[in-house]
Amino acid sequence: MTIAVTKVRVEDKLYQNRYLVDSGRPHIIVRPHDKPSANLLALTYVCPAKCYELNDKGQVEITADGCMECGTCRILCEKGGDIEWNYPRGGFGVLFKFG
Amino acid sequence: MIEQFDAIVVGAGMSGNAAAYTLASQGLKVLQLERGEYPGSKNVQGAIMYANMLEKIIPDFRDDAPLERHLVEQRLWVMDDTSHTGIHYRSDDFNEAKPNRYTIIRAQFDKWFSRKVREAGATVLCETTATELVRDGNGKVIGVRTDRAGGVVFANVVVLAEGVSGLLGTRAGLREMPKPETVALAVKEMHFLPEEVIGQRFGVKGDEGCVIEAVGTISRSMAGLGFLYTNKESISLGIGCLVSDFAATMESPSALLDAMKNHPSIRPLIAGSEVKEYAAHLIPEGGYRAIPQLFGDGWVIVGDAAQLNNAIHREGSNLAMTSGRVAAEAIIKVKSRNGPMTKANLALYKTMLDDSFVIKDLKKYKDMPALLHTNSSNFFDSYPRLMSHAAQNFMRVDGTPKIEKEKNTTAAFINARSRWGLVSDAVRLALAWR
Ligand SMILES: Cc1cc2nc3c(=O)[nH]c(=O)nc-3n(C[C@H](O)[C@H](O)[C@H](O)COP(=O)(O)OP(=O)(O)OC[C@H]3O[C@@H](n4cnc5c(N)ncnc54)[C@H](O)[C@@H]3O)c2cc1C
Ligand code: SF4
Repeated sequence: MTIAVTKVRVEDKLYQNRYLVDSGRPHIIVRPHDKPSANLLALTYVCPAKCYELNDKGQVEITADGCMECGTCRILCEKGGDIEWNYPRGGFGVLFKFG
Repeated sequence: MIEQFDAIVVGAGMSGNAAAYTLASQGLKVLQLERGEYPGSKNVQGAIMYANMLEKIIPDFRDDAPLERHLVEQRLWVMDDTSHTGIHYRSDDFNEAKPNRYTIIRAQFDKWFSRKVREAGATVLCETTATELVRDGNGKVIGVRTDRAGGVVFANVVVLAEGVSGLLGTRAGLREMPKPETVALAVKEMHFLPEEVIGQRFGVKGDEGCVIEAVGTISRSMAGLGFLYTNKESISLGIGCLVSDFAATMESPSALLDAMKNHPSIRPLIAGSEVKEYAAHLIPEGGYRAIPQLFGDGWVIVGDAAQLNNAIHREGSNLAMTSGRVAAEAIIKVKSRNGPMTKANLALYKTMLDDSFVIKDLKKYKDMPALLHTNSSNFFDSYPRLMSHAAQNFMRVDGTPKIEKEKNTTAAFINARSRWGLVSDAVRLALAWR
């Protein structure tokens, strides 16, 4: 018996989740920088929703729409000043059906 | 909305609901704030729920709480890339009239718990994020600012039940931010399968359930744990590792989860399932040494926000519920003797909690987090591989004399970690476990 578990792209995984996006009011902001710190760079791999990406200038950018509000980036990068972290406004953000 | 409450509870998770329920059912005027659309919409758990701790709050919860399966079997798997060595414990004793442990689905469970809180008389405001603690001139916490228009609310005491990533306590300097090495990031998926299929694959019938905890190479040398819990019609499957390890290895959590699903021991258990959700959450893993100051003028901290989580036994919800209840009972005691909610009076919460299993258990394992953290490649990679090697060596019948097989196994252990390293790990593990 061959049973295949296909690799799913994170974007497709997030597609199964419910979100109420607060358009124009991102809850996480990456502070302007020339070169990302080691932790900020790590987030491009470690964020479970792949919200962080490198742009072609080698800077880290965030698109927080798929964010699951886990807090990992806050733990790694708030103290060093790389990012500003907040919860979305009440009611907005990810809405787990099961959790 | 300028109104004065006896208590404001921030958060409607396990600890907040336990606190709000206990306070309201004793007649206190309680306001509970929850940022989610409904209680549970932000919460993630494995999830095993321990009955005793809920029974102390709502004795007849089994009548209407949304429970999935009661657990009759637990497996612990030590995994290498192609195998697992397991310890299984199963007992029909767990088929008792009032079972001891259940699997639950947090979004459903929290909604139910919140209904109980409302029925007990508390005011529950969802879709409301508390943004800041409000203090008087002496620094005493007297209320909470919210993100609603004009949203300041006042109370004699604020219960911070905001979970591991809570903003209020850290912003107000009441506690430190968790450090990358004291929190784990867990990712989890919900795999749906027909009830009968789950029954067959795990060898359980009716409402019986089975859980698997897995350690080993699935966490790729990071300090981590995988889990697979049976619900009625779904399997909760996830893996968590320390944030510091993720940052150091730059592993992708979702790829780690996919690899775990592809492990030959796990793949057949979830084959053909439909995935309906992907979630991520932090778990406090710092243990006893990471517990912050638990009380002050006009405030107490409960649950994950206070790092009250036993990572070694994967217990958190029960410590959360118990700390919420105990904090509420302390507040009720202070109020009943007309005492103000000062730091000196609220110290009662700490005294009562010290006397409970919550602090006693965390104290018992106070050295474990550091040990696992500094030794992760041995505990989560070398030892599991060696264990598999030893088991396979033992089981393969190939004409090699048994004495030689034993020597091979011992040699493999010593080669991998030197005699001294093995002894020192064993001693340190034993000391931490004491
Ligand atoms: C993957 C995973 C598996 C786990 N498995 C188990 C298990 O099997 N058994 C077990 O016992 N424990 C388990 N745990 C641990 C358990 O989930 C936690 O210990 C427990 O949920 C803590 O309860 P809490 O009330 O302290 O926090 P939470 O349940 O996290 O609740 C915090 C609440 O506060 C709200 N909130 C936060 N900030 C604000 C704000 N500013 N304003 C308004 N609302 C706010 C949040 O929306 C949330 O509802 C697991 C955890 C994870 C992540
Ligand atoms: S909170 Fe978690 S999911 Fe959201 S951006 Fe940060 S790391 Fe990613």
